[in-house]
Amino acid sequence: MPAVSQEDFQPIQELVHEFIRDRVVPREQEIADADAIPEELRRQAAEMGLFGYAIPQEWGGLGLDLTQDVELAMELGYTTLALRSMFGTNNGIAGQVLVGFGTDEQKSEWLERIASGAVVASFALTEPGAGSNPAGLRTTAVLDGGDWVIDGQKRFITNAPIADLFIVFARTRPADESGTGIAVFLVPADTPGVEVAAKDRKMGQEGAWTADVTFTGVRIPAASLIGGDEEAGYRAAMTSLARGRVHIAALAVGTAQRALDESVAYAASATQGGTPIGDFQLVQAMLADQQTGVLAGRALVRETARNYVSGADRRIGPSSAKLYCTEMVGNVADLAVQVHGGTGYMRDVPVERIYRDVRLLRLYEGTSEIQRLIIGGGLVRRARR
Amino acid sequence: MNIVVLVKQVPDTYSERKLSDADSTLDRDSADAVLDEINEKAVEQALQIKEAGEGEVTVVCVGPDRATDAIRKALSMGADKAVHVCDDALHGSDVLATAKVIAAAIGKGDAPDLVLAGNEATDGGGGAIPAILSELLGLPQLTHAREVSIEGQTVKATRETDEGLTYLEANLPAIVSVAEKINEPRYPSFKGIMAAKKKPVDTFTVADLGVDAGEVGLGNAWSAVTEAAPKPPRAAGQKAEDEGDGGTKIAEYLVTQKLI
Repeated sequence: MPAVSQEDFQPIQELVHEFIRDRVVPREQEIADADAIPEELRRQAAEMGLFGYAIPQEWGGLGLDLTQDVELAMELGYTTLALRSMFGTNNGIAGQVLVGFGTDEQKSEWLERIASGAVVASFALTEPGAGSNPAGLRTTAVLDGGDWVIDGQKRFITNAPIADLFIVFARTRPADESGTGIAVFLVPADTPGVEVAAKDRKMGQEGAWTADVTFTGVRIPAASLIGGDEEAGYRAAMTSLARGRVHIAALAVGTAQRALDESVAYAASATQGGTPIGDFQLVQAMLADQQTGVLAGRALVRETARNYVSGADRRIGPSSAKLYCTEMVGNVADLAVQVHGGTGYMRDVPVERIYRDVRLLRLYEGTSEIQRLIIGGGLVRRARR
Repeated sequence: MNIVVLVKQVPDTYSERKLSDADSTLDRDSADAVLDEINEKAVEQALQIKEAGEGEVTVVCVGPDRATDAIRKALSMGADKAVHVCDDALHGSDVLATAKVIAAAIGKGDAPDLVLAGNEATDGGGGAIPAILSELLGLPQLTHAREVSIEGQTVKATRETDEGLTYLEANLPAIVSVAEKINEPRYPSFKGIMAAKKKPVDTFTVADLGVDAGEVGLGNAWSAVTEAAPKPPRAAGQKAEDEGDGGTKIAEYLVTQKLI
């Protein structure tokens, strides 16, 4: 039984649909120009409950399961991905580490504030030498007089410039037969020794900020070790990322739908030599390929989410959905620019923004290559068993 | 403070709205139904007044079964309870009959300190309900409010017209109708949506309210809608090129329109 019944979820989804279409879509240009989400939209999102829809109800969230999460993600993907990014780490990769692996004390200290949006939590895993494969992690955590002392550098950390809390992955010892040696810690952003660099200049997703974060002799109490378990980190990262992959796949489907809608609207109205370009069969073929990708992606996302919730598949399905949908939206966005012709290459045209925004989806939370390794390796391992 | 807010479900202004061929009443199946935006603003105002002090907000709605969606929206925004008058006999009722039914529905609950309404609905646009209700309930009315505040036993309102601002006040209990600029209605929260399901909604028929069935419905209406047509599209404006004499051209145009 989901915490939120389907009957209750429907008006919630309708509300998000309305919010995205009526309030956010008209301000996309403003968000892109200012490279920021307007404070008013942030407040509305927080009041609605968007910062905590995937956090359990007992910790102040809504407790949507993944089948519901993906429906919201498809709505959120319809507009600038920066909006989703603002609360994405709270509900997703950062928040879910606490939900799945935190102690009750850690949850009660942080989760309600994460769910309300009072605290922005940021997931600090990636490093200059360790991205999709966290085994190469070099940030260290050393026990010193009852405290943990963290040293290391993290890169491309989403929401770092606005974060109140970092979920930091660090090595307590080298990997050996007994485990990976990767632990995960709660590090408040105002802890001495935490330094957030200037925000990165990115290809797209204006309004969503990333930055390097450096930890220099950052001293935190022993109770900051998530789950009180030095071995929890690797599993927490993998579990949180697998769930997040289905979410990202759904986001990609939402954006692909938008790119398709923009393309259809343009094809129906723009003319060449007096003929609407939508009358040209080669344009129709592009629309057909876009539509097919969207439909296939949506079906895949829904099926994968169901299997994730039932426990039938939490590894191969999520990677397959992320791989397919993020590659699909890349193609759909590329076709959207093509349908628009020269207009599609102009700044301030939605498909131009989408073309840049979705490029990231194939890179973060595991590149397409990593997803292929997970899927292929998983299948072979399963056959050998 | 016992606040009653009148809400109405109307066809979405973004959809094509039309009258039924049979009796020139609203064709409800032809368009999506939503809580009228001006009513969202009335609910928002009620909630702000409640939040500034204390009280209870009751929404009152006259409409068919599916108007429960509009009621649910108001409850999910934060209203405490609802009264829904739902009766096939009401089909085609005019403003007089509707106001009588609303007055009777309000009478079913504790006497209100304040009745809030939108100034006019986006569908019929009669704009007469607050005034008729004021007469029926014997309460003062402050209409077209851009701002509303409660000070002790007094309600103050600012009305904006083309001529300027009018500052109004009345003793409570009173009826206030709000205009477009009154506020920006809040979004319901997800939790508000879930809580709305558990809030009480009393449903009444015309008979329950003690209103004579001979006073309501299309057959007993004092006015009839005979036809409706979409607004003609706006004609293209007149363009004047400024060749150093732009001001003169504008002045000449205004003279032809007898504006100066």
